[in-house]
Amino acid sequence: MNPTPSQTVGPFYGYALPFPGGGNIALGGITVHGRVYDGAGDPVPDALLEFWQADPAGGLSGAPGTLRRDPVDGSIIGRNGVDFTGFGRVPTDADGHWTLRTLDPGNGYISVCVFARGLLHHLYTRIYLRHDAFLDALPPERGRTLVAAEEREGVYRFDIHLQGEKETVFLDFG
Amino acid sequence: MKDVYIVDAVRTPFGRHGGALSGVRPDDLAAHVVRALVERTGQDSVDEASPLSASASARGWPSYSKGSVMSTPLPQADIDLEIAAIRAAREGAQAHHPDRDYAPYRSTALRHPKQPLVPLKDPEAAELTGPVFGVTDVTALDADLTRQHLGEPMGERITVHGRVFDRHGRPVRGQLVEIWQANAAGRYPHQRDDHPAPLDPNFTGVGRCLTDDDGGYAFTTIKPGAYPWRNHLNAWRPAHIHFSVFGTAFTQRLVTQMYFPGDPLFPYDPILNSVTDERARQRLVAAYDHDLSKPEWSLGYRWDIVLDGPAATWMEEGR
Repeated sequence: MNPTPSQTVGPFYGYALPFPGGGNIALGGITVHGRVYDGAGDPVPDALLEFWQADPAGGLSGAPGTLRRDPVDGSIIGRNGVDFTGFGRVPTDADGHWTLRTLDPGNGYISVCVFARGLLHHLYTRIYLRHDAFLDALPPERGRTLVAAEEREGVYRFDIHLQGEKETVFLDFG
Repeated sequence: MKDVYIVDAVRTPFGRHGGALSGVRPDDLAAHVVRALVERTGQDSVDEASPLSASASARGWPSYSKGSVMSTPLPQADIDLEIAAIRAAREGAQAHHPDRDYAPYRSTALRHPKQPLVPLKDPEAAELTGPVFGVTDVTALDADLTRQHLGEPMGERITVHGRVFDRHGRPVRGQLVEIWQANAAGRYPHQRDDHPAPLDPNFTGVGRCLTDDDGGYAFTTIKPGAYPWRNHLNAWRPAHIHFSVFGTAFTQRLVTQMYFPGDPLFPYDPILNSVTDERARQRLVAAYDHDLSKPEWSLGYRWDIVLDGPAATWMEEGR
């Protein structure tokens, strides 16, 4: 069957897709943060990032409950703090900044899906926290765009450049 | 923030409401002022080639970059020409998804990568699996957008039914479908949507559900209105419902928009027309289904979704 075409997430998803604690996959582990930039080098204030990752043992089974709901009023009360859902969703702030709190993935990387107004089809990239053979297959200046910089213990910086000299490597899974 | 230098200034002509200037388009007035400035300062103000300045010069207006005094609002006719030119160049070519670089939708200009995507085919890739959702992630009321407030929303009550499939035609079961939309007047409850249409205190426009064992989903809502946006002069979006869908793999992720059949705004909309293949564009349009309409209650639409992208076979076999 032929697929349903993608369309932009637009500017108005903010009251529908983000949810409180969306970037807190788990507390007490690592923090990854950064900005999303456009081709002029300006921060993108209306991007939406989704994260999917392995648990610290490398397991990819995930768990439901990222959007766990209050059965009384329907509000989102979030993950139960026991199960590792592996999924996070964070809108960039007015300065294009985002923050993810999670556990170190056993396979060494966090998968990212980027949505934005002006982006007609989402983009995939990866945040590598450690060296990986896949990075060696890329020209060094491009491979570097996939590697998070450790700012201090447990805190990593990862900027996403949609376009321009520092353009991030985006992935095609075919 | 970029540095801004004020070199010179002139004021626009003044006119009374309904007076001598009432027949002159605002952008023509603005062009007059910019032309006067350019002549007076002797500046060649073109410092980058942009579609805006190219269009302005084609129309005999002074060219100036998007960073100068003001931008010329581009008329719909120019957007129509751009859409037609791209469509002619792609005539007959199969394309399932829009190009990320689609000039008639102006916001794509600085937000698409210029380097080719890097192929990654790894059977161990985390992206061949994906997040899991369950009964704790939705409530029974989430799929009825008309019952989320004290009163009834204004507008035409509709239901939207469909099934989610993968490329092989297998139903995608137990996955999260999220929707959001404008109200019947075309207004979103979002600070940045400030056009003069009423908000509806009884309508937010957010829905969620999990697909059933047949991959089926169903929402009850009201038909959203068309609304203006600022891509170009007199730009209007056809009525649409935003959909966000998960598959069994992160690679199958889809965010898209469902349109309503026969909308007269289709030919004018750069976002819909970014899907250059007519057959693919048709897959974004729901079908009216009289059998889904309920007497004295609601009109029914059907829209099936097919997710692209590979999934890990070991996961599919387990389902």
